[in-house]
Amino acid sequence: MTDYEARLQAWTGRELMAPRFGQDAVNVPMIRHWVEAMEDDNPVYLDEKAARATGRDGIVAPASMMQAWTMRGYAASVRPSNTPSAADELTELLAEGGYTSVVATDSDFEFHRELVPGDRVSVEETVESISQEKKTALGAGRFISTRKTYRDANGDVIATQLWRILRFRPTEKPPEKPLRPQPAINQDNKFWFDAAREHRLVIQRCVECKSLRHPPGPCCPQCGSFDWDTVESTGEGHVYTYVVNHHPRHPAFDYPLVVAVIELAEGTRLIANLTGVEPADVEIGMPVVLDWIDPDPDLSLPAFRPAEKKDS
Amino acid sequence: MSVLPGAAAIAGIGATEFSKDSGRSELRLACEAVLAAVTDAGLQPSDVDGMVTFTADTSSEIHIARNLGIGELRFFSRIGHGGGAACATVQQAAMAVATGVADVVVCYRAFNERSGERYGLGQADRPMGASADRAAYSWMTPFGLATPAQWVAMFARRYMHEYGVTSEDFGRVAVVDRRHAAANPAAWFYGRPITLEDHQASRWIAEPLRLLDCCQESDGGQAVVVVSAERARDLPHRPALIWGAAQGSGNDQHMMTSYYRSEITGIPEMGLVGRQLYAQSRLTPADVQAAILYDHFTPLVLPQLEELGFCAKGEAKDFVADGNLELGGRLPFNTHGGQLGEAYIHGMNGIAEGVRLVRGTSPNQPGDVHNVLVTAGTGVPTSGLILGADA
Repeated sequence: MTDYEARLQAWTGRELMAPRFGQDAVNVPMIRHWVEAMEDDNPVYLDEKAARATGRDGIVAPASMMQAWTMRGYAASVRPSNTPSAADELTELLAEGGYTSVVATDSDFEFHRELVPGDRVSVEETVESISQEKKTALGAGRFISTRKTYRDANGDVIATQLWRILRFRPTEKPPEKPLRPQPAINQDNKFWFDAAREHRLVIQRCVECKSLRHPPGPCCPQCGSFDWDTVESTGEGHVYTYVVNHHPRHPAFDYPLVVAVIELAEGTRLIANLTGVEPADVEIGMPVVLDWIDPDPDLSLPAFRPAEKKDS
Repeated sequence: MSVLPGAAAIAGIGATEFSKDSGRSELRLACEAVLAAVTDAGLQPSDVDGMVTFTADTSSEIHIARNLGIGELRFFSRIGHGGGAACATVQQAAMAVATGVADVVVCYRAFNERSGERYGLGQADRPMGASADRAAYSWMTPFGLATPAQWVAMFARRYMHEYGVTSEDFGRVAVVDRRHAAANPAAWFYGRPITLEDHQASRWIAEPLRLLDCCQESDGGQAVVVVSAERARDLPHRPALIWGAAQGSGNDQHMMTSYYRSEITGIPEMGLVGRQLYAQSRLTPADVQAAILYDHFTPLVLPQLEELGFCAKGEAKDFVADGNLELGGRLPFNTHGGQLGEAYIHGMNGIAEGVRLVRGTSPNQPGDVHNVLVTAGTGVPTSGLILGADA
């Protein structure tokens, strides 16, 4: 067991909060505020007659108010005490382990009797267990289970509460990037995007006159033939022109974004992104070679990076 | 010889205010602009029997006709390709009038392009489809090339490279636009000129384009009324005769991304428009005293000057730097402030300014204007007009 683990586990069974009475006795005005806010119209909380009709001695407080009677109130939340409590100590120890975030996960109550106006309620809390580090959707963390015991003025138990929180290390999940704008695929361009998915840059070729064309189309503007096939580009070319986009920003891209018109060695041009080069270093005429980017599960696109300088 | 030149004239112009948030429907803007144009022409809505707009417009002519009490329509047509449609709406109207198909044709465009759908945000998340038009975006948007500024920047970079043009050369176009807008009370940037330093200090949008190279986004509507030249002479305003009206789509034309031609420093479709305009009007560039050139982005103003014969290839930067686009210069340009300065109404407000120049009522009226050349959107299949005074 590491030292840290030992320090944590030393808390098991320790008192987190000594018995402490709530500021006010159980009272009708607070009950009224609660049931109005909760829209709970059970008459046993406010109507003496109705309460007696159920066999009770008079009105009772809603069970769900148990914690409310012992809360420390507004002043304590905005002007907390300067003296660190045991709970503060444990929080600090968990923060030392990186568990800086918190979420409540469980609250299991067991009620022993109903509260009636005039009851004074105290609460005390002890640590039941601190789990090993668990991987959760929120991040790696530890479950802290405590038992809160609620008593009346005589010290008799009114309710117990098993309380569990997760103290966790928030995962630094980068926000999920939306997909790039998808190409509109139709019968005239599908072959090109299909080939791209296999990382093949193809150029449409007229079967009759052998001229190349891009963007593709169903008919050869040179000879009028509807018959075509493709050739695979060597992937060599140069930057014919380019832009550096700043605004507006589409969430699928990183900015500044370089988009270029590449003139391939085969003579056709295409629009593509550049990789491996800073925007300021891009130049018209710069030799480039084919690269591939797979930005989305179903989309691969040709990109180009500066060609290695050839030794002559 | 063509029946078109001089057969028809623009007799009325009308617009809404130009804003960033009209607070009204696009249909209402269209109705207001059309009614204003018809009124300016000294006509009644019931006189209108033809209407033309952009395929991009959301308000079909039938909605405007029934709202304004126009009644029956004998001619209606729509032009595609975004801002390239502007001057072509007038061409269609002029052809309809010249052939007797219709007598009074209103051309209009109205949108909430700033408070509603902003074109500047791009086409990255266009609805999917299998049409050829939709599939054309497959070669751009998956790579993050999705906005008009980005598309134009690609041409601009190559143009700079081949002709030694700088960002300042583009900036000078913006400065002229904004200077003219500053003196135009209808312009969004009325009273707010910029300096070249302001331009150079503005942030990158799509390098080499800066913020001040890009036109505004605007809410508003603009309409013009086309009638026969003969009828126009009987109406209240001095007619702006349509001496030339042409469309052009170049070889291997794409929407905003004609990057696959052997050269991309020119605008061949605009050259095609220019040649037709001069042939129809029997005019030459020397006969044109002012120009309204489409300025969604400053860089494409330069090759327009070259394609339209105002200067030689690659010399537009010097033509601009020498002050030729200024009020006292050889070719006063965008005297309303252009789309950078007045408003982006897809080029229709430029046609109205062409009419004002012929009438002599521009907010920046140069002396002695007989013929004005007006162009529509660049980078797309486009159109142009030569408007002039009565011969």
